Amino acid sequence: MSILTEFPSIDTETLRSLKKSIDAGFKNFSRNYGDNIESFFEPVRFLLIESEQFLINTPWPIIMAIIAIIAWSGSKNIKIVVSVVMILLLIGYFDMWENTMKTISITFVAALLAIVFGIPIGILMAKSNFFQRVMNPVLDVMQTMPSFVYLIPVVMLLGIGKIPGLIAVVIYSIPPMIRLTNLGIRLVNQAVIEAADSYGASNTQKLIYIQIPLALPTIMAGINQTIMLALSMVVIASMIGVTGLGQPVLTAIQNQYFTLGIFNGFAIVGIAIVFDRVSQAYGKRIQESHGTINDK
Amino acid sequence: MISKPYIKLKNVSKVFGQNPDTVIDLVQNNIDKTELQNDYNHVIGLQNINIDIPKNKIQVFMGLSGSGKSTLIRHLNQLIRPTSGEIVVNNVNVTELNKKDLINFRRENFAMVFQKFALLPHRTVLSNTYFGLQIRGVKSPELENTAKYWIDKVGLDGFENYHPNQLSGGMQQRVGIARALANDAPILLMDEPFSALDPLIRIEMQDMLITLQKELKKTIIFITHDLDEALKLGDNIAILRDGKIIQSGTGQDIILNPYDSYISNFTAQVNRGKVIECEKVMKKLSKDAFSKVTITKETKLEEAARIMISNNINEVDVLNSKKKYIGTVYLNDVMASIINPIDEP
Repeated sequence: MSILTEFPSIDTETLRSLKKSIDAGFKNFSRNYGDNIESFFEPVRFLLIESEQFLINTPWPIIMAIIAIIAWSGSKNIKIVVSVVMILLLIGYFDMWENTMKTISITFVAALLAIVFGIPIGILMAKSNFFQRVMNPVLDVMQTMPSFVYLIPVVMLLGIGKIPGLIAVVIYSIPPMIRLTNLGIRLVNQAVIEAADSYGASNTQKLIYIQIPLALPTIMAGINQTIMLALSMVVIASMIGVTGLGQPVLTAIQNQYFTLGIFNGFAIVGIAIVFDRVSQAYGKRIQESHGTINDK
Repeated sequence: MISKPYIKLKNVSKVFGQNPDTVIDLVQNNIDKTELQNDYNHVIGLQNINIDIPKNKIQVFMGLSGSGKSTLIRHLNQLIRPTSGEIVVNNVNVTELNKKDLINFRRENFAMVFQKFALLPHRTVLSNTYFGLQIRGVKSPELENTAKYWIDKVGLDGFENYHPNQLSGGMQQRVGIARALANDAPILLMDEPFSALDPLIRIEMQDMLITLQKELKKTIIFITHDLDEALKLGDNIAILRDGKIIQSGTGQDIILNPYDSYISNFTAQVNRGKVIECEKVMKKLSKDAFSKVTITKETKLEEAARIMISNNINEVDVLNSKKKYIGTVYLNDVMASIINPIDEP
């Protein structure tokens, strides 16, 4: 009874030829269309390079002032602004300013892309139960598939560099944006939607006047999560050529440089805290101005 | 005086469940609600509703929870579509409107006030009030000016920039009413608007509605579970039970001739002196000169009693609108009618 001790699998020969033909097919595809796909991502590369150049070439006090102003307008909390400036000063003092700017740049562009694509997809999911059923397993795969696995086809298509790194970061960080937009819109009090219907609001009017504003605190939580996940991806992304704080960490792992790893690791934590506190404080302020979200 | 119906419901039925079309024949043939529920697993929302609602009056629908009153009011603006039957509003059969026409029809004809207010929590009192106008595409200066006018009208002057959660329940419902009136729709749908409020605030709001209606003369559909409220506000009252209208008429009709014991149980609690008019106890004498103090036949019994007692008299003469004598009312009869059911002449 060998069927009980050994799982009845397809034979090695068939399996090998299956893998071979899929690999060959994909290789052909990337040879034929790789250039087209690369030019498709040209605007994103432009955005990425421009934002990086801006952050690195602008004198550091100006960048710091800009970040402090953003922190203030987001949180209206002087404590948060002071700690943000302190963190940036420490990072600069330990000579990690340039790498930090590179990391902020890719995180910013990745978050921007996640917002631009994630919010409309989330809205569609909220509007259509069918689309939600289709999207949910896709999002599950995006969140649980080890990122190295989808790095392979991306690198095959686009080679090593910023763009494949960015794509990997966006794939990894966009699911919470989509899920929380969907959730936020679905949680809007039905009584308010009914009131809008009774006054003859169209679907677009309901979306603009009611659903998006009321889902905004939840959407902000999604943006916050997206930024956090994007930051956590920078080390992995550095393996395929994304520069920034991830690269020294990678060097440290390869050469067992404990201190180098710890410094850059803390710099990543520092930026994460900056992004997190500012975006959370902003989300909380929206929530307060809304009063209770679902007053039932 | 009889105006032609402005809103007409013809054999309207609504069934909730998996497959309403399969049981609609049974519902139209007056199947019992519990029988349908037990044997066919469908729930009756409304069953063969027929009613004509006149223009510019307050039509009250009264019933306990589960009687179908909230379902009925949502049929008028088609928030709920009927399973069968016809609903004609201002000569338009609303059940036949497509989605786009329905949206326009709602914008032009209806404004609605809700039991739980259903204000937009992220908007101020001002922008809540102009919500309906904004939906209809009214532009900026007119938007704010109209909203401001109605905010003043409902007594919320100075609260324009507050958010709903900063206001008390009564004030929130004033915003709800301002939002509805700002729309200037001919039909005002009010779904238990005062049920969530404290008794004293409720009376205050009822009085405000009566004052506003004297000026506005809208067609108001008012839902309530409170017979006192129904009698105070309604020009006509329809009583619902299990999705059916069991009696419809003026408040006085219902008090004097309750259709069955279900209704008489309600009416037994009511202050009859506030509802019944003097015409019902008036005696016709032949008289030339009449008393110093007079009343009209629409004067309520309680008011007539108050007039007689404060003037220290036992009888008072009733005059018509042309100041001609039509009868006399005796204090004894008035008091007796307030206490006991009176026999119809």
